[in-house]
Amino acid sequence: MNRDVIVIGGGTAGMEAAGQLAKAECKVTLIEKEEEAGGHVRNWCHLFPDRRNSADVVKYLSDLINQKNITFLKGTSVESINKSKKKFHIKTNRGHEMLSDAVVIATGFDLFKSEKKEEYGYGIYNNVITSADLEAMFRSGDLRKQNGEIPGRIGFVHCVGSRDEKSGNLYCSKLCCVTAVKQAIEIREHLPESKVFCFYMDMRMGGAHYEELYMQSQEKYAVNFIRGKVSEVGESINNGLIVKVEDTLAGRPLKMELDMLVLMAGMEMAEGGRKIAGMSGLNTGENRFFAAADNHFGSNISNIKGIFYAGTCTAPMNITETISHARASVTEVMDYLKESNI
Amino acid sequence: MDKFGFTISKGRQIDYGSNDKRIAEYIFEKEPSFRLCIECGGCAATCTSGNFTGFSLREINILIKRGENDKVRQSLKKCMLCGKCTLVCPRGVNTRNIVVLAKKAFLKSDEYAI
Repeated sequence: MNRDVIVIGGGTAGMEAAGQLAKAECKVTLIEKEEEAGGHVRNWCHLFPDRRNSADVVKYLSDLINQKNITFLKGTSVESINKSKKKFHIKTNRGHEMLSDAVVIATGFDLFKSEKKEEYGYGIYNNVITSADLEAMFRSGDLRKQNGEIPGRIGFVHCVGSRDEKSGNLYCSKLCCVTAVKQAIEIREHLPESKVFCFYMDMRMGGAHYEELYMQSQEKYAVNFIRGKVSEVGESINNGLIVKVEDTLAGRPLKMELDMLVLMAGMEMAEGGRKIAGMSGLNTGENRFFAAADNHFGSNISNIKGIFYAGTCTAPMNITETISHARASVTEVMDYLKESNI
Repeated sequence: MDKFGFTISKGRQIDYGSNDKRIAEYIFEKEPSFRLCIECGGCAATCTSGNFTGFSLREINILIKRGENDKVRQSLKKCMLCGKCTLVCPRGVNTRNIVVLAKKAFLKSDEYAI
């Protein structure tokens, strides 16, 4: 069989899809705009809920795409996608012109740009950081304020760029709650003297083992939870961060001075995915992610026959879900190739 | 001097940094399950005292944690220590013991013992 499939995006979903397609004897071209495959997982330190090293996942995926019928194109982005008869013609920024029988879109997500929520002071105050910045600190093993001091009181703001009309994102990114709990635990382990506060609207602990992690953060790590959306952050005279929030459970406004504030940035349709939607005629939904043909049994299927979706280009997903979704996309591709007599 | 009836009203804002959290610390130490409360209100809903007075263990729990102790001190007198709240708590918080410990903590703080 000489079926050519192009996978666009070399993160978790794209790597998994490429690997499984190759196992099914397709000839796969995996296109990634960065110089290295692995996507966002590469920047993370440990993963929820079991806090395994993210390098394990990167290794699994790297091994998976190390197959002879996978061509990996790094530093490459797609410039055009056209379909004529049953063939897809794809051109890239590096001058490739390729033909394929099917396409898997795995363009993933971008983190919400937290500086857009100016009231939280990211990019204005030194010690307001994002969840991704904190992971980078965990990777370096050095958790400090910008002036080199050890932070004593650290806050987490949930729902930054999620469930927020003002950010243009009405949906829940669904991973940030459990990520905040995980990171809160890790801060308490790094800095046992610290006090950690999570400011949340709802604790959405829907995944396997999430609720247990939440309980553990309270019982074993004494993480404090305050229900309320932070309204604004200011700076005190001694460079502390003054957080204003309504403690909705006490029914009273509350202010607190913190040394460091972590913004839990939500997930958005990736810039790269938006470009592809623009050039290909693929439908996107109100939330700007790619719109799947059916919410229940067509979450990998697009409005163009022969183009399929894998992973977080359709909705926020955790790694487990992304891998499952990518595997499901391979089933759809194989069905399509068979039914179309390709 | 004539009194005009003007006073300075106390702000409603919880000043977390300045508030006294020793009562909370005392309870956390003796009854670690105090940390597990998720403010569902099950305790307050089942509470016989709460059905006749403004007593709410859920509210007391949050006020202690924020160091808003004055209201708690008054409210605690309304609890009959029946323990129904402990039976309904979904997170296994020993709620009855929290009331007992809070009462003890206030006595100790009056004696400057904590």
